[in-house]
Amino acid sequence: MWTVLRDLLRHNREFAAGVCLLGIVGLVAALSALSPYSPLDSFVVPPDMPPAWPHVLGTTSRGQDVFWLLTYAIRNTLLFGFVVALISRLLSLLIGLVSGYAGGLVDRALMSLNDTFIVIPLFPILVLFYFVMRDRMSWASLALVMACLGWAYDARLIRSVAMSLRTREFTETGIFSGMSMRQILTQEHLPFVLPIVFSTTMNNINWSIGLEVTLSVLGFTDINTPTIGSMIYWANQHTAMVAGIWWWVAFPVALVVMTFVGLFLLAISMNEFIDPRSRLGRGMQ
Amino acid sequence: MTVPLLQVQNVVRHYAMGGLFGRGHRAVDDVTFEVGSGRPEILAIIGESGSGKTTMARLILGTVAPSAGSIRFKGVDTATLRGRRARLDFMRQVQPIFQNPFEAFNPLKRLDRYLFMTARHFAGATDAAAEQAHAERALRQVGLSLAEARGRFPHELSGGQLQRVAIARALIASPSLLVADEPVSMVDASLRTSIVSLFRTLRDELGVSIIYITHDLATAYTISDRVVIMRRGQVVEAGDARSVLDHPQHPYSIELKSAVLAPEVACDPVARPQISTHTE
Amino acid sequence: MTAHALPVVQVTNLRAYYSTHQFGVQREVRAVDDVSLQVMHDEIYGLAGESSCGKSTLIKTIAGAIRPPLTVQGGSVEFDFGGRRLDLYKASPDDIAAIRWRHLSYVMQGSMGVLNPVRRVHQSFVDFASRHIAKPKAQFLDIVHTHLERLHLKPDVLRAYPHELSGGMRQRVAIALATVCRPELIIADEPTTALDVIVQRGVLDMIRDVQRELKTSLIFVTHDMAVHAHLCHRLGVMYAGRLIEEARTVDIFREPHHPYTSHLIASLPRIGQTAALQALAGAPPSLADPPSGCRFHPRCPQAMAVCSQRVPPLLTVAAGHRVACFAVTPPDAA
Repeated sequence: MWTVLRDLLRHNREFAAGVCLLGIVGLVAALSALSPYSPLDSFVVPPDMPPAWPHVLGTTSRGQDVFWLLTYAIRNTLLFGFVVALISRLLSLLIGLVSGYAGGLVDRALMSLNDTFIVIPLFPILVLFYFVMRDRMSWASLALVMACLGWAYDARLIRSVAMSLRTREFTETGIFSGMSMRQILTQEHLPFVLPIVFSTTMNNINWSIGLEVTLSVLGFTDINTPTIGSMIYWANQHTAMVAGIWWWVAFPVALVVMTFVGLFLLAISMNEFIDPRSRLGRGMQ
Repeated sequence: MTVPLLQVQNVVRHYAMGGLFGRGHRAVDDVTFEVGSGRPEILAIIGESGSGKTTMARLILGTVAPSAGSIRFKGVDTATLRGRRARLDFMRQVQPIFQNPFEAFNPLKRLDRYLFMTARHFAGATDAAAEQAHAERALRQVGLSLAEARGRFPHELSGGQLQRVAIARALIASPSLLVADEPVSMVDASLRTSIVSLFRTLRDELGVSIIYITHDLATAYTISDRVVIMRRGQVVEAGDARSVLDHPQHPYSIELKSAVLAPEVACDPVARPQISTHTE
Repeated sequence: MTAHALPVVQVTNLRAYYSTHQFGVQREVRAVDDVSLQVMHDEIYGLAGESSCGKSTLIKTIAGAIRPPLTVQGGSVEFDFGGRRLDLYKASPDDIAAIRWRHLSYVMQGSMGVLNPVRRVHQSFVDFASRHIAKPKAQFLDIVHTHLERLHLKPDVLRAYPHELSGGMRQRVAIALATVCRPELIIADEPTTALDVIVQRGVLDMIRDVQRELKTSLIFVTHDMAVHAHLCHRLGVMYAGRLIEEARTVDIFREPHHPYTSHLIASLPRIGQTAALQALAGAPPSLADPPSGCRFHPRCPQAMAVCSQRVPPLLTVAAGHRVACFAVTPPDAA
């Protein structure tokens, strides 16, 4: 496994670039543990100071150090993105695989459910959710709702792969070797489905982070928790761009763009690697 | 009177096509035959594409259900087999061999895994040592050894070797019936002979009956006891292999036989018998 | 047979390898390793061999359908089309485009790939041939009609889509397409392998009739020795990327010299034969890591010490009969 990663790093420029970018982002997120200031405090440092030592990325109009605030923000945003992606992947895998393998009524029922979720307009629902929940809304519940809205496209994709795998002869061999449906799905079909899942995971993380930032910027989430979106929200509240406090907006945006690009590069490079056909082409000898 | 191993009676398999008012299409149309009444035998089902022979294989294996008619294995109608236990019981006795040896195994997984799983589910192996013992014995029966197959991926072996591994896997379950769907058509010519001869050995030494589905009359002639010739889902001729293939009676069988190219250079390469080119 | 002295195609010491370099793993598959052959005018030359013997790669190399990771490492492919000469790997793309289909055409296995599935058949004819038969459309279609009639194909097949035709019919259309410009050389790569026995017979007869009428040369690749016996004038047998025997079909079947060829012919099942056939141990080698010396020596019943050390050269042992085997042509003492 490590030789594989080392080979990838050495030979695949996209992978190396993606790892670099995500490494930087991850480092920043990890540094939140060392933050001298709590992210919820305000006016702990002189406000509106441009980037200079010791406040290397400047300070906000609320008297917070941008750099340390950013570490918390990116950490929360990443966490949110991963959780949503994880839950929705599990859902789409489960529904897609079972639907594709079982066929018949089960397939039809699950796909009707699936199509309902595809059709639901995300943004209005999330805004509605905010208005209904208001003060009781938490990140966990938001993550859950987004996960429930984010599985539908990929479930269909996985289902189509599962359907084609169902007709392949090695599935029959598995059946005649005594494997149960669960065993076949996890042992035989999953390795084929994983490359798709992996690249859709990256997309999903990007999507959920993007949606979170959008919602936060508009104020539809708990804006007291520091996230990239909430930083931009507060910057807008204090009309930072007009006031010339550009560093309050620029650095969060730069960091989240770095995250997106890094994840994307990782997705496309690992995809080529995990693809079963290219794996066979490399040979195992 | 002994119950035949397999009885196919008036089996029809109908596929609906063309929407609500389409007539659909009968892949298998009122087929009747028996296998293994009395002693193990090799039955060849010969047909071209569209003859329904692959559908017949699937019907016998239970992968699809007949639209009409019945298939009885050891006297029991296979349509009544419901539930996992009954299916497993059936699969212990009836095993498949597929046409494409490279597709028969998951290209991303190792081969020995299937052997061990079959041993565990069908041969009552309870631990790794027992699994390996079963696998070794079955592989030796097909002329391979566990050392050659252990830890290998499908693409590391040739088509002929893979097909042998597939046969070994099927043998671990100690089946009474093997359903081989074009088992050598994708195997190289020089390796085909040994596999076809292996079938004969299985019948003679292990008492396994084999349904050998093929379009190749020559190999069918060599090893089968009886043949059934199918065309467009129907049986056009059936009987003892040598007599049917030496002296076919039905016009289609005659045409089939004369279309087969003998691997010999005719004295005059220009002359050839008149063939009807209208049948397709 | 004809007055032309030069062969239609001359392959000299051709080497074509697949070189892949993925994720730090370098693999070189020596698919065609030092092959020399020539095909004369008005001749059907068969290429026989099993899977991974390199015959399909050889055909692709002769047709010029080379794309990385397949690269030509050495040797040459030279054509002579009635005086018009061309060295395939030295010619310009324009020259190659000019000869394609007009002088050199192909029929592949599974002709669904040749005929555009979303266009009607006549459109494929226009796409392939109108560049060479530079006539107004109505006249062009007339030429195509006449051609089809001569091949006993109904002209209304032109109006159909490829999926509406049966496999055998599609293959016949592909043959008509390949011959409409009356090329000097047709390359056929397993054109009848996927077809039923009865249909195959019809298509093979059609190929033979077409060849006889147009006096085209044909390189016919298939692993089915029975087809070679019925169709080809001369036969070349390949094993693991090398040409190991070549002679007139009649001579190969009557008196095969190379142990592999003899085994191949002896192991063919025949109706009417019930005796158990001899099997050959082992399997064709991987071309990424072939055996040293003669590549057949691990499986050869007549292998000698020298077979694993040196590569047997392809030498003429009788009129028009070449063999590469030390058991047939003992190596020199020196």
